Amino acid sequence: MFRATMKSLLARKVRLILSGLAVVLGVMFVSGAFVLTDTLGRSFDSVFADGFSEIDVNVAAKPKVQINEMEGEQTASPLPAAVVDRVKQVPGAASATGIVNADGARVIGSNGKVVTSFGPPQLGENWIGESDLLQLREGRGPQADDEIVINKSLATAAKVQVGQKVGVLTAFESKKREFTLVGVFGYSGDRDSIGGVNEVFFTTPVAQRLMLGEPDVFSSITVRTAPGVSDETLRDDVARTLGPDYEVKTGEQVAADASASLKEGLSFFNKILLGFAAVALLVGTFLILNTFSIIVAQRTRELALMRAIGASGRQIIGSVVLEAIAVGLIASVLGLAAGIGVGALLAFLFGKLAGGLTLAGIGVPAAAVIGSFAVGLVITVVAALLPALRASRIPPIAAMQDVATPDRPLTKVTVAGSLVTAVGAVLLFLGLSGNAGGQTLSTILGGVLFAFIGVALLTPLISRPVVSLLGVIFSWSVPGKLGRLNSGRNPRRTAITAAALMVGIALVTGVTVILDSAKGSISALAQDTIKAELVIAGQQGGPRPPTFDPAVLDRAKTLPGVRMVDGEYGDMARIDGEGTWVAASSDVASLRQIFGAKATAGDIDRLSPTQMLASSDTAKSRGWSVGSTVKVQLTRGAERTFTISGIYESSQLTNPVTLPVTAAKDFAIPQPIQGFIQLAPGTRVADVQPQVEALLADSPEVSVATGTRSSSSR
Amino acid sequence: MTATVGQQAQAAARANDVWKVYGSGEAQVVALRGVSAEFERGRFTAIMGPSGSGKSTLMHCLAGLDSVTRGTVSIGETTVTGLGDAGLTKLRRDKVGFIFQQFNLLPTLTAKENILLPLSIAGRKPDQAWYDTVISTVGLRDRLDHRPAQLSGGQQQRVACARALVSRPEVIFADEPTGNLDSRAGAEVLAFLRDSVRQHGQTIVMVTHDPTAAAYADRVVFLADGEIVSELIEPTAETVLDTMKKLDTPAEVGN
Repeated sequence: MFRATMKSLLARKVRLILSGLAVVLGVMFVSGAFVLTDTLGRSFDSVFADGFSEIDVNVAAKPKVQINEMEGEQTASPLPAAVVDRVKQVPGAASATGIVNADGARVIGSNGKVVTSFGPPQLGENWIGESDLLQLREGRGPQADDEIVINKSLATAAKVQVGQKVGVLTAFESKKREFTLVGVFGYSGDRDSIGGVNEVFFTTPVAQRLMLGEPDVFSSITVRTAPGVSDETLRDDVARTLGPDYEVKTGEQVAADASASLKEGLSFFNKILLGFAAVALLVGTFLILNTFSIIVAQRTRELALMRAIGASGRQIIGSVVLEAIAVGLIASVLGLAAGIGVGALLAFLFGKLAGGLTLAGIGVPAAAVIGSFAVGLVITVVAALLPALRASRIPPIAAMQDVATPDRPLTKVTVAGSLVTAVGAVLLFLGLSGNAGGQTLSTILGGVLFAFIGVALLTPLISRPVVSLLGVIFSWSVPGKLGRLNSGRNPRRTAITAAALMVGIALVTGVTVILDSAKGSISALAQDTIKAELVIAGQQGGPRPPTFDPAVLDRAKTLPGVRMVDGEYGDMARIDGEGTWVAASSDVASLRQIFGAKATAGDIDRLSPTQMLASSDTAKSRGWSVGSTVKVQLTRGAERTFTISGIYESSQLTNPVTLPVTAAKDFAIPQPIQGFIQLAPGTRVADVQPQVEALLADSPEVSVATGTRSSSSR
Repeated sequence: MTATVGQQAQAAARANDVWKVYGSGEAQVVALRGVSAEFERGRFTAIMGPSGSGKSTLMHCLAGLDSVTRGTVSIGETTVTGLGDAGLTKLRRDKVGFIFQQFNLLPTLTAKENILLPLSIAGRKPDQAWYDTVISTVGLRDRLDHRPAQLSGGQQQRVACARALVSRPEVIFADEPTGNLDSRAGAEVLAFLRDSVRQHGQTIVMVTHDPTAAAYADRVVFLADGEIVSELIEPTAETVLDTMKKLDTPAEVGN
């Protein structure tokens, strides 16, 4: 029996392998996802292990605002320089060095453009000399306040040489500042960068001022242990000395934590690839179902013979399922192999894009193998079950005569299909008309699912008239006529074949419609409501948005024909213990005049340094009203108390909370991210734009574009 | 009429007042009208009749391939009527063999694999001595590794015969086994079937409309309009032909 199954399988191998192709693709995405994340994960492990190899024990202040990967990059709070001396006193500490290390040091290349990063940070640090890891390739370390050294790959990307003047934008200065490049360094093992990270080293006071915003503070303290003391012992001793406001970790812990948080970000790739896998496997299910249905129909006589000479129904099901298992196994093996290739390729591309990440060897994690085989086998076998059941119902007498196995009438399927479609239609109606009572999204999604299954069940019924109608177009030719009759003869088979296509097209159009309408509704809104002729913004390349010099805002206001200028700042803050996005406008009056906000309570046109505004939704959910006092912890500085002075109506263009611009200096990014310029009536945009452009000459990350009122392109 | 030969205990297959009705109302067709017949062990019986006489239906009912409307069918000690799917499967494995007009060999298997297929489905080992006997009787020893497509029609049918014989069933049902063969190949197959009855005591029930084929049997049962109308012992082609001619004019066929 086993041999008979296998031989009949081999006789139809081409057809089966072709139908298994969709499963191969699906499995490929599954295993590719696992291989990619595994390889990148191990690569980052080694990057971080290297990056923190010079640290025995690390001391950092607890971040003021704890945020997760989805909300943005965590910004550590600076710690006072005095802590370094306290750590030095701890017995067992051989040395303690204050380190400045913050993201946002952007080097301007010889072409005048900022060297961008696609993910890895652009660190600005204080020079503390060479180490086992970090070695100067050229020149010397920075000694004067206008000197810097940078790593080799950054020097290559910026096309700058030792001795040249180099412009740098820093975390606290988005206006270009010129430094002399006095040295270029690399890392042990002849590497030009570690994991694509760009590093700029200043003298300690400059680094403190430009990267941390105040003198005599550090980002962290690197401690080396004295001989005979273990890292863990010193860690515990330092922690005891400093108390609970500080995070004390061994170098290994820091590396592991950094790597873990990055890997969390990588799971995004996993999700995209698994999404592709789901689509391919859904289509694959229909294709397999169809192929096996056809094969069973073709083998009716053969299967009837098997029954006549003693095969039980269960054996027949077994033989079809066995074929499915064989197809599934082959598809899984091919898919796994292709997935390893895809994973390796994507890891390679990712490494290139991330600026020369040294990849660990391509690994095939057990999850990839198990996932591939589980998915490939389960999908194939499940899809083959229905045809297998049909095969087991072939009567043995079919071996003796040409028993036409008549199609079961479509009544049952049609009734079921109509019912399911009706349920879907009702749900859709409720959801779309807004009568679902708070469950709008899930009602609509449920409706779509029901309607989809219902229509799939109804396809056999509608396929006959549709096919005969379409067939009319081709019926002038004999093949066309035959094709029309053929596909009309077995509506079920036609429907299943069409369903595979239907699933694919429905998914693609669904995603397109969602993306398009999201884009459409936002731009339509922006079109109607933002009243600004000129917009200052840049293309975000990495995790840090482009920023510009706030002085530009003041200067722009003095240009003739400019009526109002607004610069927008943002930060992830903790308000009453809850993570909240806060904004600050350089001119609060813009809320009403540029963004069309309407006051629902209080005054929204002005803010004193201790007042704040909230949107009506936020105010409602937090129970705020005009006069309420609110405690706000920004990324930097101490907790502040603000009084609500006004509430504006929530819209897609308003922020949950608007703080006075004086608070922006404690934001993680204390520079404006976007600027909006409104012109006086009768002023020509083309007259003002070049002047603003000139103001932005030292802020190369952003440019000025015509805004919504004058152009439709946004 | 009841065709009874030999003792009850020796019947390999038996039909007792079997009725078979297809459809209902206007479209009702009565294929068998109270047929009772016994097919003795170790004999070669042919069922003959004009087309539409119900001879194939009778065989399908006897073999448990089709259900009966009324009456009972039994094979050996087993009552076929009323058996469920599992019982019928066991019956087909242990008691019944088939030979088809279209040979019905699996095209992907070799001759040998086709012959052993029923045993392999049942999960049994072939009895080597009996297997050798069957192979030498059908005379295909040098063709065992060939695929059906590489064999002539006569050879294919001999493979099918060997397949039916190798599990030593109580009864072999042959449905027009020579219908697709030329006369020489047909004669070979029929001689081979007759030999397996004579030499090995196999019971064979064969449906045919060919008087020459029927002449190889020990006994011929004639059907017309769903009833057994006549029977011949030790038939010759001429006596069969004569009886058939009479059947065309039913009035002349007496009891």
